[in-house]
Amino acid sequence: MSDRILTVEGLEVSLPVPSGTLNAVHGVSFHVDRGETVCIVGESGCGKSLTALSIMDLLPKRARRAARELTLLGEPIVGVSETTMADLRGNRMAMIFQEPMTSLNPAYTIGNQLEEALLRHRKVPRAKARERAIHLLERVGITAAEQRLRQYPHQLSGGLRQRVMIAMALMTGPDLIIADEPTTALDVTIQAQILHLLAELQREFHMGLVLITHDLGVVARIATRVVVMYAGQVVETGTAAEVFGAPRHPYTRGLLDCIPIPGKTKRGERLGTIPGMVPSLVGQIQGCHFAGRCNYVIDECRAAPIPLEATPDGGHEVRCIRADELMRGGFQPAESVA
Amino acid sequence: MAIYALKRLGVALLVALTVSLITFSMVYISGDPAITIAGEGARIEDIENIRKYYGFDRPIFIQYLDWLWQAIHGDLGRSYSLRVPVADVIFERLPTTMLLGACAITFGLALAIPLGVLAAVKPNSIFDRAALTIAVIGQAMPTFWFGLTLILVFGVMLRWLPITGQDSWWNFVMPAIALGYNVAPAVMRLTRAGMLEVLASDYIRTARAKGLRPMKVLFKHALRNAVIPVVALAAVQFGFMLGGSIVIETIFQINGLGYLAWESIQRKDLPMMQAIVLILSIIYVVITFLADMLNAFLDPRIRVT
Repeated sequence: MSDRILTVEGLEVSLPVPSGTLNAVHGVSFHVDRGETVCIVGESGCGKSLTALSIMDLLPKRARRAARELTLLGEPIVGVSETTMADLRGNRMAMIFQEPMTSLNPAYTIGNQLEEALLRHRKVPRAKARERAIHLLERVGITAAEQRLRQYPHQLSGGLRQRVMIAMALMTGPDLIIADEPTTALDVTIQAQILHLLAELQREFHMGLVLITHDLGVVARIATRVVVMYAGQVVETGTAAEVFGAPRHPYTRGLLDCIPIPGKTKRGERLGTIPGMVPSLVGQIQGCHFAGRCNYVIDECRAAPIPLEATPDGGHEVRCIRADELMRGGFQPAESVA
Repeated sequence: MAIYALKRLGVALLVALTVSLITFSMVYISGDPAITIAGEGARIEDIENIRKYYGFDRPIFIQYLDWLWQAIHGDLGRSYSLRVPVADVIFERLPTTMLLGACAITFGLALAIPLGVLAAVKPNSIFDRAALTIAVIGQAMPTFWFGLTLILVFGVMLRWLPITGQDSWWNFVMPAIALGYNVAPAVMRLTRAGMLEVLASDYIRTARAKGLRPMKVLFKHALRNAVIPVVALAAVQFGFMLGGSIVIETIFQINGLGYLAWESIQRKDLPMMQAIVLILSIIYVVITFLADMLNAFLDPRIRVT
């Protein structure tokens, strides 16, 4: 239990909207142990970012969150005072955001913003904080670190700024890092570098890492476990090998079909797509959230909420009542099965 | 930073030069200055003599250069009515107006910025509504009317404050409030809008993600960025205030430049009016320059352009 860093059990996030209540995150559960990289994947609007923000308690003011259990290092982080949360934020857990271009304050130097992260939580002289900032900038691959400290964000490229954000997250030596699509805004050439850097640092500092990303290729390589989200729910979770090697949920299969595989996908061949649209999350959805876009949907799918159930092979869990049947049948469309 | 400062200084000098040209031509806009000086019923010979004496018979461009040269050396001509050098009178009155201006802008900003911040931190709350009400009243009330109301309430009815004169600090309280309140509404609304925008920005989320205390997030990370457009606006408002000081100094009988301007207008004392306009304009140019420098200090991105 001492290795358990983060436990999320039955997380709910809702937002009031003009037409009712938007249930953006609906009963999400996962955990992160020390030294693990947990990747959350899913399309835009599926609740990945809100899940990340609710762990940090940085949700928009109007959003409401609730959870059966939400603990960091065994201590609850839901229903505690803002002061307690502020003491943990940037200290035991840190976050890296999607938009490096706008995530640094334009009015202060890189050095000031890096040092501040440490000085807030540790009683150390500024010189010490400076030393650590230089050390970490070098560690994240920034040359001439001392000069960089005196520069302002606008003098740095997006890739460099994201490296600065990573160094900033590491200042206090946190136990948990949450990276919310840290490479979406960057050049393709830099994306892989940054993700590999994160994976490297996670091992080196022996932290827990929650990585939210679209890049399934990277997920396959660095994830300890994968959480696939769809329309506010976890639809499938397991080790990278389980989820990518033997995807059991039709949505996960659909996602994987969207990616070209070198050597396997032939030139000119059509990549898979998932037809249809994500359902509106305002109000309650009866039954499976994916039913409207699923090729294998049957009447029972829409009848009642679908539970997330363990599969025979252990840690692998899937939210589909036909998962076993479909695995055996090799995923034949509904008509031919019925 | 040095290059930016030099550029702004160059622009400031150009503006000052343009202003000097406009103030110089003021004399001719109001008709033949020689006739004005000679007064009603003067003989043609007298007018001709005056024209020669003051040099109005020379080409206008030469007159301008001559006037500018003398102005740079502190000679702003002689007052038609007081028969003394204009510069002496102006520099005697200037400190009073600057003191009043400083008090007024301090009051205006001290009222507007905290209220603007409060309104942005709690939008649509009772604070926000109260701040809006104060802003609307300030915007709607003419300065002179507000000044007179203050006199009536605090001077005449309550007898808390002296009505006229400038013998003590107390004399400056009402005029500073009357002038400064006029500045507050625009500054308050801009502070509120700026803070709302900045508070929703990504770097504020970053600051919170570091676990910084709310006060530090607000004052270190948010206000510094939100206040940049406010600095520029405050400089413009200061210019309006200099104009407003003509009315306020007259109402409160404060012997500053504003009051002097009013007296000079009454006496048709052209050199005096000309010099006052020039001095007020140059003060405005200097304030704008200082505001640019302050903004460059606040926002490193301005320094490079």
